[in-house]
Amino acid sequence: MIRKLGLALALFALWLLLSGIFEPLLISLGIISSLFVAWLAHRMEVIDHEGFPIHMGPRAITYWPWLIWEIIKANIDVALIIIKPELKISPVLFRSPASQKTEVGQVTYANSITLTPGTITVTVHGDTVDVHALTTGAADEVISGRMDKRACQMEGNS
Amino acid sequence: MAIDMLSWILIVIGGGLSIISAVGILRLPDVFTRMHAAGIGDTLALGSLCAGMMLQAGWTIVTIKLALILLFMFFASPTTTHALAKAAIAGGVKPILDEDRIANKNALEDTENKGKNS
Repeated sequence: MIRKLGLALALFALWLLLSGIFEPLLISLGIISSLFVAWLAHRMEVIDHEGFPIHMGPRAITYWPWLIWEIIKANIDVALIIIKPELKISPVLFRSPASQKTEVGQVTYANSITLTPGTITVTVHGDTVDVHALTTGAADEVISGRMDKRACQMEGNS
Repeated sequence: MAIDMLSWILIVIGGGLSIISAVGILRLPDVFTRMHAAGIGDTLALGSLCAGMMLQAGWTIVTIKLALILLFMFFASPTTTHALAKAAIAGGVKPILDEDRIANKNALEDTENKGKNS
């Protein structure tokens, strides 16, 4: 129930932010359409812990800034490789454990790896991920398991 | 004035990174390594361009819309990159590798065979 209410509220907030017009008619139209979409989603039974992972909200607040900092560092690394004339790359394909318990957690981890330039998740297989890395340095960064640990923390115990 | 300068610095950084990303797509040897170069354009180039434009817009609805663009790209870009990598493997593209650490390559070969059969 909290999830359904949360979805309706989130949709309405999105409507308000995108329209920016606060007239009674438009606001009531927004309420009607966000309730309608929430009802449709309820009928389709897609409002579950996967479709609308509201329980991850508080932990995402600390995870995202950390991830953004990692992305900035990795971006600088890859940009330097591209600029330098000798093009020092050493592509690696390797397998690394993904110790998250839920599928949402694994997707979070795999997407975090892909978002960081220099590493791409190719497949997720059981509790391991196959990663393509641009350099062995980027590969060792994933193998060290720092991001895995952070993604587990973000997942929590749910 | 200070905000203007900061915003221009961010926009110039974003533009420079976009160019680097494009150069990388041209210079790198195969589809997988090129995806890494495209990743620069997806993340930091887009991020700093949007941040620069947000500073120009100030506290208006435009800023909120730019933030939403960033949020959606944050979820969409790794998904598309992963789909592209998986499709390349399934289509039988062999990545150029210095080192292949997957001793048991069943997982990758499974995907590849699935792609061939269907």
